[in-house]
Formats: sequence, structure tokens, C-alpha cells
Amino acid sequence: MSVFRTLVHRELSMFFQGLTGFITISAVLFLIGLGFLVVLFGLNGEATPMPVTQVFYGTYFFWVILLLIAPVITMRSFAMERASGTYETLMTAPVSDWQVVLSKFTGAIIFYMILWAPLLACSIVVRFYVGESAILGIGTMCTTVLGILMIGSLYMSIGCFTSALTRNQAVAAVSSFALGAALFFASFFSYFTGDRTDFLSLVANHISLANHMESFTRGVIDLGAVVFFLSLTILFLYLTHKVVESRRWK
Amino acid sequence: MAAPIIEVENLTKSYGQHVALDGVTFSVEHGEVVGFLGPNGAGKSTTMRILTTFLAATSGSARVGGNCVFEQPNQVRSRIGYMPENNPLPLDLRTIDYLNFRAQIKQLNKNISVKRINEVVEQCGIMDVANRYIAQLSRGYRQRVGMADALLSNPELIILDEPTSGLDPNQVRSVRSLIRKLAGKHTVLISSHILSEIEMTCDRVIILHEGKLLANGEMSTLMAKADLTVTAEICAPLLDLKDWARGMAFESAEFTEQKNGYVRCRFAGAKTFDIRERIFTSMNELGWKLRELSRQSPSLEDLFVSLTKEKEDKR
Repeated sequence: MSVFRTLVHRELSMFFQGLTGFITISAVLFLIGLGFLVVLFGLNGEATPMPVTQVFYGTYFFWVILLLIAPVITMRSFAMERASGTYETLMTAPVSDWQVVLSKFTGAIIFYMILWAPLLACSIVVRFYVGESAILGIGTMCTTVLGILMIGSLYMSIGCFTSALTRNQAVAAVSSFALGAALFFASFFSYFTGDRTDFLSLVANHISLANHMESFTRGVIDLGAVVFFLSLTILFLYLTHKVVESRRWK
Repeated sequence: MAAPIIEVENLTKSYGQHVALDGVTFSVEHGEVVGFLGPNGAGKSTTMRILTTFLAATSGSARVGGNCVFEQPNQVRSRIGYMPENNPLPLDLRTIDYLNFRAQIKQLNKNISVKRINEVVEQCGIMDVANRYIAQLSRGYRQRVGMADALLSNPELIILDEPTSGLDPNQVRSVRSLIRKLAGKHTVLISSHILSEIEMTCDRVIILHEGKLLANGEMSTLMAKADLTVTAEICAPLLDLKDWARGMAFESAEFTEQKNGYVRCRFAGAKTFDIRERIFTSMNELGWKLRELSRQSPSLEDLFVSLTKEKEDKR
């Protein structure tokens, strides 16, 4: 356990050693702030039946942040170590492949959650001014955070996977972005299927990240969504492990 | 007698069509300092990467301290200290933080790790730079930080891949003396493509060439197999000199004319006897002036040539 903690600590320290981490935090802070500004101007002082998190989610700022930030966070995880050669010293120390994969993933997810912290602050400010708990209950806040964590896990695991495939950080980032964007755009299939109940429509509904995420922001924990995100995350972590392990059977 | 610390049998590694290692077999006893010699691409790094569990072999077996590198990688990893080629280090850390990080992932007990870090920092002479960022260190210091990491867990086996490459002569000397000090306490496996390097630090040498084991034995025994070359500067007409050399039946002779009527000659003779005496006696008889007569120790290339020739002759 202490080895795992050390590895996670090292991952996190890498974000904060240079400027990259702080630039990323600033960029996300700016986007979240801008998103909230758009929400507040859009509402124009009028009442809304939706929780403010759901309104924010409806602005697409959420997706811009997720799709752009996930590759930035994860591109370095394996690719940088491979390029610099420190991968070899790491993998010949008495640590297991799983410890390395999970520590890189955990480091990325912790940094990702730190990035979203301003969202909480913005929401609390809004709630304070509105003075009405209905607009943003603690429950809704928690499910939104859970949703962000769930979808983040999936995107971080995709990022770790693409980073493990190459020693070039740019290639890792672009392929992670492409996979992430493809998953996001697959969400739109469900718009075309409407309320149909045939098999394809059900599949389209099930793979719709947007639908799953929306239920979280409404304050609903959809077990189907949790299973969907967790299973895909586990799949990509498993694939990452296989890639890491592959140097020993290639 | 204890089992050898490294046992390698019929090790083969191919990358697609390219065969990097081809049926290599050798063993290393406890406490030996063994040199791995070969030109670039001979398979030195590949063998080291297999021994350190970083890569798997295509076929064959390798054991470190009785543990199979394929089946029990973690047991093997905790027995070795490894410095890969080009000594990769994270540039964003301070020397001391890096060693702390390495001590933790090598699962050193907290009390022991503080003591060990102090020891290796002193042993490798990096006290002055302990609080500096690795990015700011010179190549020589970085090399020593890499060595300090390899020594950290006080491992039975230390594997250093080209530990002196890219260093200036002073730094080479200090790394070399550090390696010599490790002898006896640890088993050390070093790779290099410089013959003199291995000659000065190792008891035994394993020579790889194009993925095959070319020789394995004591340095002096191997050196004796190489053709000796003798350089002489003789004052005589070039044509007469060429006739004389033909009469002496050297294996090969090269001539370069110098100023003042001298000719610089390079003779390769038989390995069984020293041709210097014959040349000197002959010069005396002919009355030619001789201003230099020296024997060169064979270069790696000479050694390769004679070892490959010997192998072909045996066939």
C-alpha cells in the first residue's frame, strides 16, 4: 500500500512541479467561470425549475472542459516516462504492473477532481445569492460530483490507455481526444431514436454519455449509468495493464 | 559451493525478423565483477533488460539468485540494482527527493532508508548536490546519482549498462574507482564497448557479437588470443625494408614514410611469440637505425577479428 501511495504522490507532484498543472487549473477555472456567467446571464434573474448544475451542464462548457482536459492530464502518464527512459527504472523496481497502472490512473483522477473544485465554489455562490435551497440541494451537488467522478474515471482510463500505447505525448493526447470525442458524439444517436424501444434504440440510449450525465446533474443516481461508467473504466484499465504487460510477451 | 547468482541458458530474443540474442549461455558467481563487452547492437542491453525483468526472452531461461526472471519478476527485482543505458532520471526532482522516492518504491524500511541514503550519497560523492535539482547536475553527477540509486537497496547484484558513456576522463576515472570498490561486496555486471574500460574494472569478460557469445573468460587469457601489433620506426630505404619484411614472414606489414629517411612500420606477428626481439636482432645485423619499437595492446576490433577468425577456423 505504501508503494502505491508513493507512486500516486509522485504522479501528483509531477502536475505541480512545473507550470503545466497550474496552467491547466487556470484554464479550467476560466472555463467554469465563463460557463457560470453564461448561465447567470441566460437566466436573467428569472426562476428556473432546474437545479443550477443541470443548467450549467446544458451549456456545453462541461463537455468542452472534459474533452480537452482529459488528454492534457493523461498524455504524460506513460508516454513521458517512456520517452525519458524512467519507465525502465520504474518497471525494474519491485512494483507490480497493476500498481503502476492504478497509481497513474489515481493520480490523474485526483488532479481532475481538483480541477472541478471551482464548480463547487460557483454553485455555492449562486446558492448563497438565491437563498433558496431548492435550486441546489446538497443531494444534487453530491450526485453531480459523483457524475463528474464517474465520467472522469472513464476519460482518465481512456487517456492512460492511449498514453501507454506510445512514447509520444502528442500522439497520446490526440488519440485520447479522438476516442473521447467519438464516445461523446455517439451520445447523439439517442436523439434520433427518440422513444423507440427496438434493440438499436436501447443500445443508443445506453451508450449515451449525455443522458447518463444529465441524470446525475438532476440529482438522480442511475444505477445503469454507474455500471456503464464503471465497466468501461475497468475495461480501459485492463487494456492499459495489458499494454504495460505486453513488453514482457512481445 | 553456492549456486551462481546469474544463470543464463540458451537465451534468445528476437524483435520480429531481427535476432538480437541468439542462444547465449553463461553464468556469474557471487562477488564477481564481470564485464559485458561488444559493439553497439551486440545484444548487451537486451541481455541486461531480460535479466532485470524489463523484457522477456523469446526462448531460453534466465535465473537471478535462483529466481526465474519470467516467473518470479518481483523476487528478482528486489535482488538487483540497475542503471539502464543513458541513465534516465526525472529532471524535476531534487537528488535527495529522488533517492527518497526510489527507497520507498524499493520498499526499504523507513529507518533503514535514511541510513542507506546517507551511505550511498557519501559512497557516490554526491553530498554537494543532494539538494540540487537533477536537471541542474552535470552528466558526471547524474551518473553518480544513477549509481546511488542502483546501490540503494544494498542489492546482491548490480547491473550497470554503459556506466561511463559520455563522461569526461576524470569522471570516467571516478566511476571506475567506485565500481572497483563494489567488488567483493556485490556481484557487478557492467557493459561497455570500450575494451580498456572492462580491462581495468573486471575480473572476467563476456564478449557478445551480433547476438552470439563470442568468448567468456579472464581478460588476460582472451588478450593472449589477439594478434600482437608492433610499431617500429626504422631508417632504411623503403624498397629494402619491404624486401626485408617479406623475408621475416610477418602476418601483415604496413609502411608510412616519415621525414629524415625514417619509415614508420606496423607489423602483425604470430600470437605465440614476441616479434620485437626478432626485429631488434635483425636491425643490429643489418646496421639500420631503429628509433622506436613498441607493442600495442590489441583494440576491441583486433580482439574481435582474432576471436571470430578462431571460431571460423574451428569450423
